[in-house]
Amino acid sequence: MKPFAYHQPDQIPDAAKLLTSIEDSKLVAGGMTLIPTLKQRLASPAALVDLSKLGSLKGITDDEATITIGAMTPHAVVAASKLVQTKIPGLAALASMIGDPAVRSRGTIGGSVANNDPAADYPAGVLGLGATIVTSKREIAADKFFLGLFETALELGEIITAIRFPVPVKAGYAKFKAPASRYALVGVFVAQFADGVRVAVTGAGPGVFRVPPMEAALSGHFDPPAIAAIKIDTDGLTSDIHAEADYRAHLVTVMAKRAVEAALS
Amino acid sequence: MQISFTLNGRPTNLDVEPATLVAELLREQLHLTGTHIGCDTSQCGACVVHLNGLPVKSCTLLAPALDGATLLTIEGLTGAPGSNQMHPMQEAFREHHGLQCGFCTPGMLMTAVALATEKPDLTEADVRHGLEGNICRCTGYQNIVISVMAGAAAMHDAKGE
Repeated sequence: MKPFAYHQPDQIPDAAKLLTSIEDSKLVAGGMTLIPTLKQRLASPAALVDLSKLGSLKGITDDEATITIGAMTPHAVVAASKLVQTKIPGLAALASMIGDPAVRSRGTIGGSVANNDPAADYPAGVLGLGATIVTSKREIAADKFFLGLFETALELGEIITAIRFPVPVKAGYAKFKAPASRYALVGVFVAQFADGVRVAVTGAGPGVFRVPPMEAALSGHFDPPAIAAIKIDTDGLTSDIHAEADYRAHLVTVMAKRAVEAALS
Repeated sequence: MQISFTLNGRPTNLDVEPATLVAELLREQLHLTGTHIGCDTSQCGACVVHLNGLPVKSCTLLAPALDGATLLTIEGLTGAPGSNQMHPMQEAFREHHGLQCGFCTPGMLMTAVALATEKPDLTEADVRHGLEGNICRCTGYQNIVISVMAGAAAMHDAKGE
């Protein structure tokens, strides 16, 4: 690692100010992606702005029709939360499948969503549930937030403070893990609401995406056979040493069926 | 920068470079070499320590994160205070031959103790899922899983007394 300055602000405006005033500064939340990136010298920021002293960014609140999860809430806390387990069990299950216990102790929902890794789990949950990303400046709908490979709608100096999830009728997540990294080779989040179904896929392409034909089919019949015959176009899907695009396309349908099964169980 | 934290029960103040990993700090500056660095890419789990009671990989943790925290390393894992005994989990690993070369063992123990603390009635599936982030190249895991089950039961019994 190259040396960097380290700031631990205790107010969100101070953190935003540091980010905009120090050229080449970066936010660090749990550091589960950033620290390996620094170690490999793929990034060498002049300063890190650590969000861990911002107590207001931690915790989970129940607002009846929605659940709000603070950006600095670790995966382990979401996975173990009785509130999340009761109201959106599919989201608690997703959090319990991220990385390993040590990674879940440190990694945060805000960090994962801001990073928008194409194989991360949370983007599928956030898009699948049609959540709202609450930032230091505004609120952004999930459909407008994820812009592809590691890109989001966040502007310079904008900090995610929380994610607000609408409580679905049913929701489930299933993923096929890359065994070494435990990232999603393909992960599918399915959520049923009173007014329709949302299906979001991570790992298969350069960014999380929805599958309208599956959403339409599941809105009619919310069961696995409803989508069994739906094939995903391989155009734009990822091919790499872990899997070819056609294999990933096949897995999308398989994981979507399992996600519906999980939602129904 | 100055950091203050509790290390294995002792108040500790240090001047650290922010770009220091906790695994390096422990081994190079504090000479606590029980924490091992295996892969140095947060995959293998040999470097697991407890930060505020939770298992974390110290090769993927910056020293400033220690400020104000409580850190437990393998050196701080002991049996009943003043007894000069090993921790029940360590005893279980010895009893059930839960190691061969021993390189991964400090991380295995720290992860195992965290698992058993979090969930008192561990199933074998819990143990196997919970050890997902700890790699052993010798044992084939069978004896490690047996050791963790036995160690968890012993920790629970010790608590009940």
